[in-house]
Amino acid sequence: MAEITFREALRQAMDEEMARDESVLLMGEEVAEYNGAYKVSQGLWEKYGDRRVVDTPITEEGFTGIGIGAAMAGLRPIVEWMTFNFSIQALDQVLNSAAKMLYMSGGQFNIPMVFRGPNGPAEWLGAQHSQALQSYFAHIPGLKVVVPSTVYDAKGLLKSSIRDNNPVIFMEGELMYGWKGEVPEEEYVIPLGVADIKNEGTDVTLVVHGKPYRIAMEAVKVLEDQGISAEVVDLRTIRPLDEDAIYESVRKTNRCVVIDESWPFASVGSHIAWLVSKNCFDDLDAEVELISSEDVPMPYNHTLELHAQPSVEKIVDAVKRVMYLD
Amino acid sequence: MTKRKNIKEYDRDFLLKLLKEMLLIRRFEELTGKMYRKRKIGGFCHLYIGQEATCVGTIATLDLSTDYVMTAYRDHGHAISCGMHPNSLMAELYGKATGCVGGKGGSMHFFDKEKHMLGGHGIVGAHLPLAAGFAFKINYNKETGVVLVYFGDGAIHQGAFHETLNMAKIWNLPIIFICENNLYGMGTAHSRVSSVTDFSVMANSYGMPGKKIDGMDVLNVYEETMEYVKLAKEEKTPSFMEIRTYRYQGHSMSDPAKYREKDELQEYKNKDSIEVLKSEMIENKLLTEDEYAAMDKECKEVSQQSVEFAENSDEPPLSALYEDILL
Repeated sequence: MAEITFREALRQAMDEEMARDESVLLMGEEVAEYNGAYKVSQGLWEKYGDRRVVDTPITEEGFTGIGIGAAMAGLRPIVEWMTFNFSIQALDQVLNSAAKMLYMSGGQFNIPMVFRGPNGPAEWLGAQHSQALQSYFAHIPGLKVVVPSTVYDAKGLLKSSIRDNNPVIFMEGELMYGWKGEVPEEEYVIPLGVADIKNEGTDVTLVVHGKPYRIAMEAVKVLEDQGISAEVVDLRTIRPLDEDAIYESVRKTNRCVVIDESWPFASVGSHIAWLVSKNCFDDLDAEVELISSEDVPMPYNHTLELHAQPSVEKIVDAVKRVMYLD
Repeated sequence: MTKRKNIKEYDRDFLLKLLKEMLLIRRFEELTGKMYRKRKIGGFCHLYIGQEATCVGTIATLDLSTDYVMTAYRDHGHAISCGMHPNSLMAELYGKATGCVGGKGGSMHFFDKEKHMLGGHGIVGAHLPLAAGFAFKINYNKETGVVLVYFGDGAIHQGAFHETLNMAKIWNLPIIFICENNLYGMGTAHSRVSSVTDFSVMANSYGMPGKKIDGMDVLNVYEETMEYVKLAKEEKTPSFMEIRTYRYQGHSMSDPAKYREKDELQEYKNKDSIEVLKSEMIENKLLTEDEYAAMDKECKEVSQQSVEFAENSDEPPLSALYEDILL
């Protein structure tokens, strides 16, 4: 096992898949000569050249659409959005072209491609550059939405996403790129649509995806010290959603706290909370709690922005509420 | 200023093919309008009547084993020109399982992967980058084809148009952007909403060749397009054509087109592309009235058969609802 960073894991995944399949290419702003705005693609242009690592103008709808067209034509593009904040410029292409093409063409044109980049709150970036947008994409039938939470998962899930024959939204976290973790020397892939139990527990289920995984694990330690055993269900993929893994855990613990750094209204988190409430109704000993970001645009001030997001303290408090310990 | 040659210099079979294709589109569309009014067809339905020379003249330049066609929602004519069978089109308009996309698309979403007809897209201007993606693939795989992408004058102010022209130029994509200027974006005259009325200057601003051509003479359309097809295939130069044409009916079936003058419609009908080619062929003894009548009869029959085919086809099963969402 080698310890690498989150960004290195993503780079290894792309590098290995580009070496394996000549139809895989990377396109986006600053991905080639500049080595990537967050250095995820560092070295790939030098290795694969202009044909397969393509710098684009700042024109998200345009290059996203060209990527989708190239995928319709049989290539396997990875479109990098510098951040998901800018992906909304291209949302029409994802929603109306990529997600619907297979259906609309009566099964004739599939879209084998990946849209990836950093998503979610970062630090000191203000309202337009710091937000979690997975609920927008998770809403759309015809997409897969993958949100890795560890270095190991990031590599294995990205490799699977590149090999998938559907449009896959792959959401990284701007603050996760420097995270470290171990990955095996040998090749591995992680199937999409399968959740992972990151911590086994008996008293409460924490359902999490992406970056908040880390604070969920910190909360697990705090709770452990207080004699509470929390199970962590890491979704890995929010579309398709591994509902069975969630229900199995909740039926064991009888309590559930859903953690999602999206806004709370009509979100991935609120949907999962509803699913659990509906499908585990007879097993629940308390109402389902949702820890989301606050229902506000992200402020610049650091104290305020931290307050706007899920935190260890908020998770611990929610667990105590569902255990009637507050 | 026309690039077309004297009609006698063209192969007669080629001329007959152009004439018959235009006539088939005309008759198919007339019947489509009729069936729509009978409520056999629903939704948004945009007829191509009047514009036939555009798709027929442009697509006649292609080798559809290597080349591609993508268009917007006024797509019936392009589908026929790509060789899609009227049965599969009418069945699609009826929403039947035997339709070209199994009843999932309707009028605006005709696709045929084998015939390189890439749709049928409903968001104004948004298909331009998709078409450029095929041109990107042609270069990526070192192929020789060209992509023709069609859109109306309404699409030309969308960001996607400008974004795509820019990238087509910087990446040397073999694509021809074809603006079918029928003078009205839905009910709005293009002159009311455009900073320029000669759209070819927009191409020039992206450093690519552009021209405005007459779209009522199919041979002119053919020659003008061929010039740019060669540029695309031999020099990897993208280009832009504004084809001046006219739709005889409203924007869609629900539009009575009251924003136009009758004289304007008559002016275009006087140079109707089918009549122009037919008359010139007859004058030059390349066609007789009897031959034309037989051709017309056949086109009407083929169209009528497509209605019968659609009528007799099954609805898609309810299980189709959940098919083809993900592979």
